[in-house]
Amino acid sequence: MNIIYTDNLIIGGGLAGLRVAIAAKQRGYESIILSLMPAKRSHSAAAQGGMQASLGACIKGEGDDEDVHFADTVKGSDWGCDQDVARMFVNTAPKAIRQLSAWGVPWSRVRGGDHDVVINGEKVTITEHNESHGLITARDFGGTKKWRTCYTSDGTGHTMLYTMDNKAIQMDIPVHERKEAIALIHEDGVCHGAVVRDLITGELIAYVVKTTTIATGGYGRLYAVSTNAVISEGIGTAIALETGVATLGNMEAVQFHPTAIVPVGILTTEGCRGDGGLLLDKDGYRFMPDYEPDKKELASRDVVSRRMTEHMRKGKGVSSRYGDHLWLDITLLGRDHIEKNLREVKEICEYFLGIDPVKEYIPVRPTQHYSMGGVRTNATGESLTLKGLFSAGEAACWDMHGFNRLGGNSVAETVVAGMLVGEYVADYCAANSLKVSTSTIEHFVKREEGKIADLLTRDYGENPFQLKAEMQKIMMDKVGIFRNGEDLAQAVEELKLLNQRAKKIALRNRISSSNPELVEAIRVPKMIKLAQCVAYGAQLRTESRGAHAREDFPERNDRDWLKRTLTTWKDEDSDLPEVTYEDLDIMKMEMPPGSRGYGVDNTVHHPDTEKRIAEIEEIKTANPTADRHEMQELLNPLDIPEKFKGKNERIGRGYK
Amino acid sequence: MSDEGRILRFQIFRYNPQKKGDKPRMVTYEVTEAPGMTIFIALNDIRENQDPSLQFDFICRAGICGSCGMVINGAPDLACRTLTSKFEEGEITLLPLPGFELIGDLSVNTGKFMRAMSERVESWIHDINADEVDYNKLEERMDPDVMDEVYELERCVECGCCISACATKRMRPDFLSAVGFMRLARFYLDPRDKRTDEEFYEIIGDDDGVFGCMTLLGCEDYCPKDLPHQTQIAFLRRKMALVK
Repeated sequence: MNIIYTDNLIIGGGLAGLRVAIAAKQRGYESIILSLMPAKRSHSAAAQGGMQASLGACIKGEGDDEDVHFADTVKGSDWGCDQDVARMFVNTAPKAIRQLSAWGVPWSRVRGGDHDVVINGEKVTITEHNESHGLITARDFGGTKKWRTCYTSDGTGHTMLYTMDNKAIQMDIPVHERKEAIALIHEDGVCHGAVVRDLITGELIAYVVKTTTIATGGYGRLYAVSTNAVISEGIGTAIALETGVATLGNMEAVQFHPTAIVPVGILTTEGCRGDGGLLLDKDGYRFMPDYEPDKKELASRDVVSRRMTEHMRKGKGVSSRYGDHLWLDITLLGRDHIEKNLREVKEICEYFLGIDPVKEYIPVRPTQHYSMGGVRTNATGESLTLKGLFSAGEAACWDMHGFNRLGGNSVAETVVAGMLVGEYVADYCAANSLKVSTSTIEHFVKREEGKIADLLTRDYGENPFQLKAEMQKIMMDKVGIFRNGEDLAQAVEELKLLNQRAKKIALRNRISSSNPELVEAIRVPKMIKLAQCVAYGAQLRTESRGAHAREDFPERNDRDWLKRTLTTWKDEDSDLPEVTYEDLDIMKMEMPPGSRGYGVDNTVHHPDTEKRIAEIEEIKTANPTADRHEMQELLNPLDIPEKFKGKNERIGRGYK
Repeated sequence: MSDEGRILRFQIFRYNPQKKGDKPRMVTYEVTEAPGMTIFIALNDIRENQDPSLQFDFICRAGICGSCGMVINGAPDLACRTLTSKFEEGEITLLPLPGFELIGDLSVNTGKFMRAMSERVESWIHDINADEVDYNKLEERMDPDVMDEVYELERCVECGCCISACATKRMRPDFLSAVGFMRLARFYLDPRDKRTDEEFYEIIGDDDGVFGCMTLLGCEDYCPKDLPHQTQIAFLRRKMALVK
C-alpha cells in the first residue's frame, strides 16, 4: 500500500486550494495539492467579471468601504449568511487584492480624466480624479451600492489563477495532478487524510496528514444545464458527506445566473450588464425596469433570474428550438469597449453562436451557476463535527453567501478564505500531531478497493452515464429556479430510486487504469447523494430566501426559517440524508434582518429582530463619538488572525 | 445549422499505454450531427453511447481553460469550441497533440510540461520586496495602458497548440517554444518584475531559447487565443541580441 505523509492535503487546485497551501507554507507547513487536472485548468479560470474589494478608487466607488461591502453582502445573502464570516471577508478583501497585485495580477487601473460609459441605457461621461490614476479600478455589478468589482478585462479568474499557481510553483508547493480523492480517512471524529485514486494508473494511494482541506468548488453539474466546468461535480463535498460525520450546509441554496448563452449554458459575465448591457424580450422591449424600477438589470442575480423566468412565462420569451430565451443587448457599449473589456464574451459569441455581439443580441437565459451550499464549517473553515477537516471556496458553506451570492464575491471568497483558513490550518498543524493507526488507513483503502472491484466484476447492471443524465434532468426540471412542494416531493422520490439503482452499476470497459467509465461509476453515486441533499433540503424549507424560491411559500419566513440547513448521511444504506438545523442568532447580528429592497417586502419577521434593532440603537446612542471601526467592534467584535487586523487605506480618506 | 441530422464520421486515434499489448490505431465512429454541435459534444456522445473507454480532456468546454487541445483535421485547436458544422464533408480526424506525453487516446499530459516550463522561465514576479508589501496601504500605482498590455500577453491558456505546431520543437526537445517565450515576454513587460536583461538572457539567450526559433509561424497561426507570438519572439530576440 502506497502511503504519502505530509502536513496538509489540499483537495482541489483552484484559487482557494492554492491559497490555503501558500498560507500554510508561509508558516512552514508542507502541503500537497491534489488536482484532477493541471491546477491552471481549474474552474476558477472561468470567472470573468471580477473580484469585489472595497478599494473605492474609481469615482463610482467613492465612499465605498468595508461597511458598505458588508451591508451589500448580508442583504445579498437574504440574511442567510454568517455575519462574522462576512465581516472577516469584507475586512480582508482589500488586502487580498493588493497582495495579488504585488504578486502580478494585471488589474485594470483607473485612468484619470473623462470617460464615456453606459449607465441605465444611456451614454454619460464620468470624470475620474487624476489623483486616483493608476490605482486599481472597478466596474459595476448587481446588488452592490458602489462600483466595487475589480477586474482584468473579462479574464479576471484567469489572471488570478495563473498568478496564484505561479506563486505556488515559486514556493515549491507540489501539485499531484490527475488524482482524485474518493474517500476521507477518519477515526473518532478526526480526519486524517484521504484515499486517492490515480486517474492514469488506477492505483489507490493513502494521503495521511494533519489537516485535509476540501476546495473542490461547486456542484453545478448536478444540473443538466450549468455554467460550471464539467469537473464541478461536487465530489469533494460528497466525500465529506460520506464520512457520516461531517455536515453539509444549505445544500438547497443553488444560484442561477441570469445570462448564460442558449443552448450550451456558457456564461456571459455579469460585467455585460454592469458595463451597461440591457435585457430585452421578444419585442425588443427592456422589461427589467417594470419589475425592478430601482436596480433594473443590476438587481441581485437571484432576483434578475426569477424576473426573467416570470417574463418568459408571460409569453415574452423568444422561442427557439431549445426553448424560450431572452436577449442580452451589449451593442450599445460599442466595439472598442467590447473588444477590450468583454473580449471573452465576444469570442464565446463568435465561436458558439456565430454572432458578433457588437452588432447582434445574445440569446440568454438563467442557468445553474453557483453552489452556496457545501461542507459546513465554522469561521475558521473547520468542520464543526470532523476535526482536522477544513474547507474553503465554493466547496464550503463558510458561510458568507447565505442564500444568494453577489457577483464578484466568489473569486474574492476563494482568495480571502484561502488566506484566513490557511492561517487556521497552520494553527492546527502547530497544535496537533498526527495520530492515526495503520489499521484505520488500511480499512479505508481496502473498503475503496472492494467497491472498485465490485464495479469491475459485476456482469450486469446500471449504466453510470445514464444514471447521471436522469439525475441531471430531475434536478433541472424539479429543483430549479422556482420550486414547489409537489415537484420537490417527486424529485426526492425519483432520486431515492436513482440512489438505489446507483448501487448496481456495471461497466462495459473493465480495466482499473485510465478508464473514464470507471471514473464516472465512482462519481455518480456520490453525485446522486448530493442531489438528494439539495432536493430534500429544498422540500423541507417551506419559505423563500435568496435563490431558494418556493412558489407555494413566497414569503421569507425569519420567524421559522432563519436557520442554516445541516445535512448528514450517517447510515450508508439509508435512502435519505438526515436534515437538522442551526439557528442564526439575531441577537449577535451586526445587521438585523430587513428588506432587501426588491418588490413587495413580505418577510415574516422574527421577534428578535425588533429587539436587536433597539439594542443596536442603544449602543449607538451610548457611544456617540465612536467611529465606524469602533462601532463595528462594539456591534460585532471579531476574532481574526492578527496579521489581517490592520485598517485599509483608501484614496482621499486614509485609514478612516 | 443547415446540416442538421447528417452523419459525421470521426476517425479517432486510439491507444492506451496503460493496457498491455494495446497498439496505436485509428477507429471510426459515426455520430448524427445536432444543431450547434461541437467536438466536445460529439466526443461525449461517442463515449456515452458507443465506447466508454475513449479518453479525452475537457474542463470548461468554453474555450477558457485550454485542456482540450488536439489535432483536428491536421491542425491543433481547442476541440470544445470547434463546431462540427465547420467541416463540410462531415469527416473529422482527431489526433492527440504531438510533443507531449500521451496519457491515452486524445489525452496528453500538458500539465507536466507546463509546470516545468513555468519553473524554467520562473514565471512569477521577481521583486525581493514583493513579500514585504504592506497590504493595508494603497497599492503601487501602475500605468493603465501598461497593465492592459500585460493582460494581452497574460491571456495564454497553456493549451499546447503552439508547441504542437512548432517544427523546431519537433527537432529540438529542449526548445522552450512559444508558450515559454510568451510567459517571459509578459514578465519582461511587467514593471513589477525587476529582472535585468542579463537575467532574462540566462533563461532564453541560446538555441533552446529565442535564438533557436526558425520563424515558421506555426505558433502564431494556430494559437487559439490569437496571441502575438512572432512579435514577442522578435522583440525578445532583438533585446537578447543586444545583451552580449
